[in-house]
Amino acid sequence: MSESNTPRQVNEVEAERSETLADEVVLDVALDTADGAMAPSVIPAASQGGQIPHAAGGSVFRQIVTGNAMVSVLSVLLAIVLGGILMAVTNPKVAETAGYFFAQPGDMLTEVFRPYVALVQGAIFNWTGADAAAQLYPITETLTVSAPLILAGLGVALAFRAGLFNIGAQGQIIFGALFGAYVGFTWHMPFPIHLLLVIVAGFIGGAVWGGIVGLLKARTGAHEVIVTIMLNYIANFLLLFLLTTPAFQRKGSTNPISPFLDQSALFPELLGPQFRLHAGFLLAVLATVFVWWLLKRSTLGFEFRAVGANQSAARTAGINVPRAVILVMAIAGALAGLAGIAQVSGTEKYLSGGVAASIGFDAITVALLGRSTPWGTFFAGLLFGAFRAGGVAMQAQTQTPIDIVLVIQSLIVLFIAAPPLVRAIFGLNPRKKKKAAGGPGSGTRPSGKIESGAATA
Amino acid sequence: MKLELKGITKRFGSLVANDHIDLVVEPGQVHCLLGENGAGKSTLMNVLYGLYDPSDGEILIDGKPVVFKGPGDAMAAGIGMVHQHFMLIPVFTVAENVALGNEATKAAGFLNLDETRRKISEISKQYGFHVDPDALVEDLPVGVQQRVEIIKALVRDAEVLILDEPTAVLTPQETDELLDIIRQLKAAGKSIVFISHKLREVKEISDIITVIRRGKVVGSADPSASPTELASAMVGRAVSLTLEKKPAQPGEATFKVRDLTVVDHNGQHVVDGLSFDIAKGEVLAIAGVQGNGQTELTEAILGVQQHVTGSIILDDVELLGKSVKQVLSAGVGFVPEDRKIDGLVGTFSISENMILDLYDKAPFAQGIGMKPALIASHAEKKVEEFDVRTPSIDVAVGTLSGGNQQKVVLARELSRPLRLFIASQPTRGLDVGSIEFVHKRVIAERDNGTPVMIVSTELDEVLELADRIAVLYRGKLVGIVPAGTSRDVLGLMMAGVPEHEAELTAHKTLEGGTHV
Amino acid sequence: MSTTTTQPGGGTSAGNAPARPAKTGATELVSWKAGIGLSVLAIVGTVLFGFMSPSKSAGFGIAEASNEGASSVAALVTFVLALLLSVGLGYLWFTRRRSTSGPARSSGPGTVPGWLPASTVAAVVVLGLAALGVAKVSKITLPSAATCWIAAVILLGLAGYTVYLTQAKRTAPRWVAGTFAAVFLIGFMVWIVAGGNGAEPSISLAGLIAGSVTLAVPLVFGSLSGVLCERVGVVNIAIEGQLLLGAFSAAVVATVTHNVYAGLVAAAVAGTLVSLVLAVVSIKYLVNQIIVGVVLNVLISGLTSFLFSTLLTADPDGLNKPGRLPPVDIPFLSDIPIIGPILFHQSLVGYLMYIAVIVVYLGLFHTKWGLRVRAVGEHPQAADTVGINVNRTRFWNVLMGGAIAGIGGSFFTLVSVDAFSKDMSGGRGYIALAALIFGRWNPIGAFLAALLFGFADNLQSVITIIGSPVPSQFMAMLPYALTVFAVAGLVGRSRPPAASGIPYVKG
Repeated sequence: MSESNTPRQVNEVEAERSETLADEVVLDVALDTADGAMAPSVIPAASQGGQIPHAAGGSVFRQIVTGNAMVSVLSVLLAIVLGGILMAVTNPKVAETAGYFFAQPGDMLTEVFRPYVALVQGAIFNWTGADAAAQLYPITETLTVSAPLILAGLGVALAFRAGLFNIGAQGQIIFGALFGAYVGFTWHMPFPIHLLLVIVAGFIGGAVWGGIVGLLKARTGAHEVIVTIMLNYIANFLLLFLLTTPAFQRKGSTNPISPFLDQSALFPELLGPQFRLHAGFLLAVLATVFVWWLLKRSTLGFEFRAVGANQSAARTAGINVPRAVILVMAIAGALAGLAGIAQVSGTEKYLSGGVAASIGFDAITVALLGRSTPWGTFFAGLLFGAFRAGGVAMQAQTQTPIDIVLVIQSLIVLFIAAPPLVRAIFGLNPRKKKKAAGGPGSGTRPSGKIESGAATA
Repeated sequence: MKLELKGITKRFGSLVANDHIDLVVEPGQVHCLLGENGAGKSTLMNVLYGLYDPSDGEILIDGKPVVFKGPGDAMAAGIGMVHQHFMLIPVFTVAENVALGNEATKAAGFLNLDETRRKISEISKQYGFHVDPDALVEDLPVGVQQRVEIIKALVRDAEVLILDEPTAVLTPQETDELLDIIRQLKAAGKSIVFISHKLREVKEISDIITVIRRGKVVGSADPSASPTELASAMVGRAVSLTLEKKPAQPGEATFKVRDLTVVDHNGQHVVDGLSFDIAKGEVLAIAGVQGNGQTELTEAILGVQQHVTGSIILDDVELLGKSVKQVLSAGVGFVPEDRKIDGLVGTFSISENMILDLYDKAPFAQGIGMKPALIASHAEKKVEEFDVRTPSIDVAVGTLSGGNQQKVVLARELSRPLRLFIASQPTRGLDVGSIEFVHKRVIAERDNGTPVMIVSTELDEVLELADRIAVLYRGKLVGIVPAGTSRDVLGLMMAGVPEHEAELTAHKTLEGGTHV
Repeated sequence: MSTTTTQPGGGTSAGNAPARPAKTGATELVSWKAGIGLSVLAIVGTVLFGFMSPSKSAGFGIAEASNEGASSVAALVTFVLALLLSVGLGYLWFTRRRSTSGPARSSGPGTVPGWLPASTVAAVVVLGLAALGVAKVSKITLPSAATCWIAAVILLGLAGYTVYLTQAKRTAPRWVAGTFAAVFLIGFMVWIVAGGNGAEPSISLAGLIAGSVTLAVPLVFGSLSGVLCERVGVVNIAIEGQLLLGAFSAAVVATVTHNVYAGLVAAAVAGTLVSLVLAVVSIKYLVNQIIVGVVLNVLISGLTSFLFSTLLTADPDGLNKPGRLPPVDIPFLSDIPIIGPILFHQSLVGYLMYIAVIVVYLGLFHTKWGLRVRAVGEHPQAADTVGINVNRTRFWNVLMGGAIAGIGGSFFTLVSVDAFSKDMSGGRGYIALAALIFGRWNPIGAFLAALLFGFADNLQSVITIIGSPVPSQFMAMLPYALTVFAVAGLVGRSRPPAASGIPYVKG
């Protein structure tokens, strides 16, 4: 092998190069199916580990413009524009001012932008506030709202990385809140211990509810999407039932709500009583660091990622796949359970039927927007938290229903999941030429992969 | 029908898979396309069958240019194809599979399967196929499934039949039957394009041979050309068809399998009462046609099969009932038969794949934490040692060529001290250069004194590597024979004929002089 | 025959075991799942129905008082027809069974096709109901303790039999599970009704079942949409969104045009629109189908809620007053006692449901189109090589599914309630998904599963009225819990189309 110029080696290099290239073409289309070796992965392949070599060529500028970051920015922009159009079309005042648009264009534009201005004011900085506290209140509100979103989003993201689609964050949040709240209002202990126990209880509650999914998946092959959807409903009905029982219902109340948690079981307020921001946000930061470490630096995370990317290879390499599936779902559930704790021990301070609001479903979009990476999820959680917090202010100030936030959020995720769509809309498609040249295809390879995918599915 | 390809070029991006290929297929002729894995044979046929648009060049039928937008057009023009991986729907019946895309219907689009059944039995009668139109395809043996594929083409009045590596899954006897069928089809005036890299069959059946190398036609050959000549043309350099190796020096038998039985989820005994030993410094090759229990045997040893009974002893320790991790820790190195599915995580980097089964062992991990720096330096070392061609160890392994992927698997499995080395289909889909590399490594491991078990469906590979050959048929051991056993005897054994009977039969055939 | 063998629900696991005569040895592998599952349920049943049995009797009203008198002719005709049918089918079944001796194979002549036992049982049930109608029985009262104990004993016996069979390495025949389910249901109903308030609690069985069929309508449409999509290889999580946008569009268009039928058409168009996004994004841009589905559901929930809060609440009379599709009686058939009011007193949407189930079933399993669709869902590459355009087939099927789910959505605003409200589909799209799985990707199975879920839904509201030992939240949980059991394999192994959820990238 040391002589480098023998004809045999040259041949080999060439043959291999051509095969590599062929594989690269395949890669083009196979990225989102986890190398095609298994049923399509829910995670963008770029986040599954290793590096995906980018197609060579093109200027640096072009790469930036067509890269992932740019797609994300454009997606957000596009969603905001579409949301704006929707609000403008449905706003009678816009129609009114449009009548004299050419006389006073400012009026109409003001009307069009009013909701977004209110949203920014409610989410980041209120420049009309009387003092610094009032001006900064919105940003603390955003952080408060984003804490459970980040925690639950991490749960969804972690499961994604193990190839599991955890739609069950909603139920897991409920279970975490249920366990935590119970400890919080029935046991009475001094401050740090009580809060710690509440957190542990929430962790366990979520872990149990998530672990069931993992157990069913690992032992019976039940599809986690179906199981988690169903368990969400079951958890919700269980919560509603428990809130009518003496153990959970507030004394003297006919409403299905629990007593307030002990003061010792609550997260301390970080910036004093005039802000709602509590230490739950710090928990979210810690959890993000933890998930980063778990995925990047721990053997357990290696197992999770291997199981997520190629289950058969993981099994052949001696990884206990059922154990990994159960564990990852338990940890994912536990993270969502902590989101429940952030609700009952921080924001809400008691347990009610609406404790999970729609956090569990928002968490899915958060994880998708964050491309299932811990820090991506963190920032996506902040963004969606800002939407939520700003949305409330917007609804109060401009009577624009907060539902518009859902529309914008889902549009963002839809666009981000389909980069070619965004590129097509903005007319930047780097692969267009190549695709045309490549014609309909790239070898019989994808077909083999589809077959094998079917076999392992 | 005369079929011509003129200057067919197919590019994928910057890769030229087919480079100005010219080919003429005359009626009533068997035209062989000979070439290595990855030479561009299948791409060419997919162009011909309308699955790919050619980037350049044209297809002529009886002198008239035609354009195929899809397989439908190709079939309408009289071209049929039997794919290497059968294109049959397992949960459909034979009749449904044959009807698909060419359905006979009653009023309002309702299926008329009786019509299809009639056609199937007509063709079956003509060519002597025994195919039950109402059997589910997943219940049929591969040989019969292949006939269903041929029926599919004939029902559509194919005049040109493309067979892509049709013998890869057949026993030598089934192969002979297939060759007979091809002769019948030829006699009926059909043209056959026979794609293969197996010299023997090509020599036996073809009227004309076209050799393709790296996307180009490098010449045509006469069927009477010697195998070495053909191989050289195919590979592009002089090849010696044999591997240089020292005779084995078997030591003590440290790996013992006794009465091993594996039951699958249907209750079938896919491995049925196997017993054999492998000694240190010896290669035992498990020969047999695909699907005769080899996969299940290796997986049973590894510990991923359920319902296993019997005993698997390595160094006096029972492996049966142990987890995969425990089996690997006992010193078993395992190269799975499908590297892309079982051997590698395609989206993981090379360095991560290099420790796929060592990730939690020292020095790569301490407790639950991993050591990225050590993992990287390990990967650098192994990439160097096994000559993996890659720009970086951080490249996703799925982007490497097949040969380099297999080197990564080998590097990983051979990077720890082994007590037993198992390699399934170690060279499937590799080019000649990589095959040589892999074979050398396997023999080197044997010479280190490790018991080695090779599972291969390629008789050539078995004969090249083995010190002893165990032949499996329907999960049972037909016999264990020494390395020098003739192809004919092995072929008969692979069809389930016991050793001594096989020898007698083979002897007679040789006397009759009909075999090559 | 051959077409029936490829239906997932076509045979039992034993009957489908591929006979490979080539293989020599064979060991029967019998799962303990059935034995354990039935035993647990039997014990639960014994504790609930037996030891916790209420002392009151349970009354079941089986005919509407208003229906009596006028329907005796219809009842008699039905009775005679059902009698003939039961005898005929029963004879056929019996003789077919006799002719297949030895180990049963799913294909080949002389075996019992899957539809035969089912239709026989159905005919006998109709016969029984018609007999009640002829005899003018309007109410059955059962002593609850005795009935519950008998049910408990039968349950224990059946569970024991299954365990015994498993021990002897034999698979329990299908009738065991069927009987078990039926007896459990009877025991449960008696137990729950007898536990109600009042001295002699009773419920109207006819009303209960009729209500179930009505509640099942959107579920059936939703699950048919799922069947059409999954059979062609696209997972459709967006059923919820299709139902919701269908409901919204039906309300708005019907109000604006003052025409409920225009609303119906608009609902179909709206569902198709959702499907269009699903199809384009998942088929053309290869985005994970589950992600698209989930996101679409959020998008449509947000969009309809937003529009509801802005436009519809601002002008309810002009935008959200669709009017109703009236129920239509089918002459004669609706006069049949019990059955008539249940099946033949429906709105147009209800009858469309029957038609859709039959058309989708026949289409999928007996036509050229269906063969191609199933091929694409099982092995797209194979379909491609015989000239079928995989992605086009998928595209059109997904659109068709959307239209069907959209029509189902119109049920909410044109039949059930006559105005749109926020998130009014209330997760029924997800239950439809469950029904599709429970029904093993088969239109008929999905229909029956949807009926079961509709029954549970209706039972919940009925027992909330009469009061019962079970908190209503647990009744509400039932469909979801059942689905978890189903996918966990306690009810039977189900096998989705092999290529479902996997995008097809043409070679």
